[in-house]
Amino acid sequence: MFYRESGVFKTTYATDMALYPLPITKWAVAAMAVLFIVIAPLTLGEYLISILNLILIASVGALGLNILVGYTGQVSIGHAAFMSVGAYTAANLIMRVGAPFWVAVPAGGLMAALIGAIVGIPSLRIKGLYLAIATLAAQLIIEWTINHVSWISGGVQASIEVPRPSVFGIVLKSQTQLYFFLMFFLVLAIVAMQNIVRGRIGRAFVAVRDHDTAAEIIGINIFRYKLLAFAISSFYAGVTGVLYTYYLGIANYEQFQINVSIDYLAMIIIGGLGSVLGSILGATFVTLLPIVTRWVLEGMGGLLFSTSELLNIIPNLRLVIFGGLIVLFLVVEPEGLNRLWGNIRNYFRMWPFSY
Amino acid sequence: MRRISAAGSVLAAGAAIGLWFAGTAGAQQKEVLIGDQCDRTGATQIVGVHLCPAIQDYISLINSKGGIEGYKIIAREIDHEYKVPPAMESYELFKRDGAVSIMVYGTPQIQALTQKLTEDKIPGTSPGFGTAAAANGTRYPYIFPIAATYWSQGAAAIQFIKKQLGGNLAGKKIAYVFYDNPAGREPLPILEDLQKIEKFELRTFAVPPPGVEMGAQVLDIAQRYRPDFVISHLFGRSPSVAIKELKRAGYPLSKVIGLVWASAEADIEAAGGWAVAEGYHTLQFAGVGDDYPVRKEIVAMYKAQGKEPPKEMASTVYYNRGLLIAAIHIEAIRNAIKAKGGAKPTGEDVRKGFESIKDFTLGGLVPPLQVTPTNHEGGGWVQIFQVKGGKFVKETEWFRGYPEVLAKAVAAAE
Repeated sequence: MFYRESGVFKTTYATDMALYPLPITKWAVAAMAVLFIVIAPLTLGEYLISILNLILIASVGALGLNILVGYTGQVSIGHAAFMSVGAYTAANLIMRVGAPFWVAVPAGGLMAALIGAIVGIPSLRIKGLYLAIATLAAQLIIEWTINHVSWISGGVQASIEVPRPSVFGIVLKSQTQLYFFLMFFLVLAIVAMQNIVRGRIGRAFVAVRDHDTAAEIIGINIFRYKLLAFAISSFYAGVTGVLYTYYLGIANYEQFQINVSIDYLAMIIIGGLGSVLGSILGATFVTLLPIVTRWVLEGMGGLLFSTSELLNIIPNLRLVIFGGLIVLFLVVEPEGLNRLWGNIRNYFRMWPFSY
Repeated sequence: MRRISAAGSVLAAGAAIGLWFAGTAGAQQKEVLIGDQCDRTGATQIVGVHLCPAIQDYISLINSKGGIEGYKIIAREIDHEYKVPPAMESYELFKRDGAVSIMVYGTPQIQALTQKLTEDKIPGTSPGFGTAAAANGTRYPYIFPIAATYWSQGAAAIQFIKKQLGGNLAGKKIAYVFYDNPAGREPLPILEDLQKIEKFELRTFAVPPPGVEMGAQVLDIAQRYRPDFVISHLFGRSPSVAIKELKRAGYPLSKVIGLVWASAEADIEAAGGWAVAEGYHTLQFAGVGDDYPVRKEIVAMYKAQGKEPPKEMASTVYYNRGLLIAAIHIEAIRNAIKAKGGAKPTGEDVRKGFESIKDFTLGGLVPPLQVTPTNHEGGGWVQIFQVKGGKFVKETEWFRGYPEVLAKAVAAAE
């Protein structure tokens, strides 16, 4: 991620494909780990950690959606529904049989993967917008089912309260404690995703995305890989749902409605389709932008407007700024924040002796 | 271009962080902070654009009179667009800055915050929404519905219908039209309980979200089922559609009662005006209209500043609800400060302040609430207003529907 080199010295394929092309990459990753696992929780207050927590949860979901949309090229606007499948599976397991988190998290993911694979079946026949509508249908069907089957939803309110997760007898209550809990799963998610997309499966996904007929001709089993993409993506979504449930202490279907699916699509489009770093940058951007614009407007708006006007202006202007920035980003850099970061890095690679 | 935008974003981020630190540094003595979550731009903006300014106006009014017991009140408003993650974020911000109570806004938000509020010992209010079981103060010590819950609203509607139909409901037909979401279904258990007691016939008509298409349900009601009364529990755009469709199908609107979120000026106007909705009954948890001293004081406050009173005041239903929310928070904080002999209260003190609210009516705008440690709803009082001659006309004083049935249901809720 953060590194410079003075030239290209690779002589074998192995070095070209290495996870850490230069020693400094390894150091950069280690430094990031220290920054986020040691320094951030020690120096930031509960409030800032709570924002980081929202970013961590969103990142897991964005990674999952990127596998499907970015790597395999299948559009899905039902991501939030798969989250709700994970959330309710975990909530039911926790409340009915008292499952600990290390059972609830994978179980929620697996159930979501199963449902996701079923929803993915139409993708074998239909593509693009048609597939988007099919996943939209899944979103609505899953929402309706959770809303109306009280065996799943736990009653009229369709919400199930769950206790906080506990690790070795310690109940994780504070934002900082939850931060470590969520960070653990995000690191797992990143490592797993890197391994998927760099390996055989990931290459097959990319082949399917770029031209599925050509992919089939060179021997890739389209049926298998499309469903696998749906399953893996939904697994991530399910885990996101479980993490969200643990974080809020409640599973509630209103937290997984269609606008959430759209938010996640926005994250990966802004971050960069088909990249791990882009998913995280996008999740960070979409989560932080409303908060930061509010900070700025609250800080500067007082110079121009009275308080009562400001309270009306801030939320409305924030929506305008949010929309405007998204358009601006897409025009300036259609490949997202990931490419923007790449451009900055490339510029400084030879700096100050660029040619 | 690329370089400019990169430099610009770095600058913006730097400015934001700098301002934010500047903003937090200047905390002063003798201030009490209330966290105010609102929604002026999201799914329920039709409510928020009138309700949120009212909260701020009431707080300014209190501060213009010197605050309470020497403390200046700050209600810091954050718009969460009816989404849960921003509600979490703003709650953590309020908590960091030492808020003593939170005005929560929205059912998913109060559910997501319930556990946090209880752990952090900060009272939060959910007037007219949220889980009806939260009225149980033993189970939810830090959640205060402070206004009629959906259960109370359903029970009050039945009580009102009973009176309208001559005091006997046996064999009568009642239709329940509801928005098909948890909040819409919530009154059902109570309606079913009452059905057993009063022996009326109940049929439910679900309206799927977003609730702007209900021709089939309305025809079914008006042509086939022909009920003696209709209870309409709808949200957002759908109440106006219901009024319009029922009118078109020829069903008399004087036999329709809307629960609290189907009861505002905005709904009547969207349905085609006051003449169309003539006769429609509305259930209210705060007073409706202009005839309250507190509203006159707010107008006077604006006049004294040389400004026109805000146009939001014209929407009296939502504006007055905002006043009610703010006033009850202020009253709770006043109780807390008094109980501590003038010292700055904590969230726990304010919780006790809420639990000792009694005989506080704000000139008739607020019902005769009796919040106790076990009952956080304050009784579940409502008033009925009817659309008559271009305005809302009061039909009943504050009353409660079947309090003993509700008490049993609240106690039974885990």
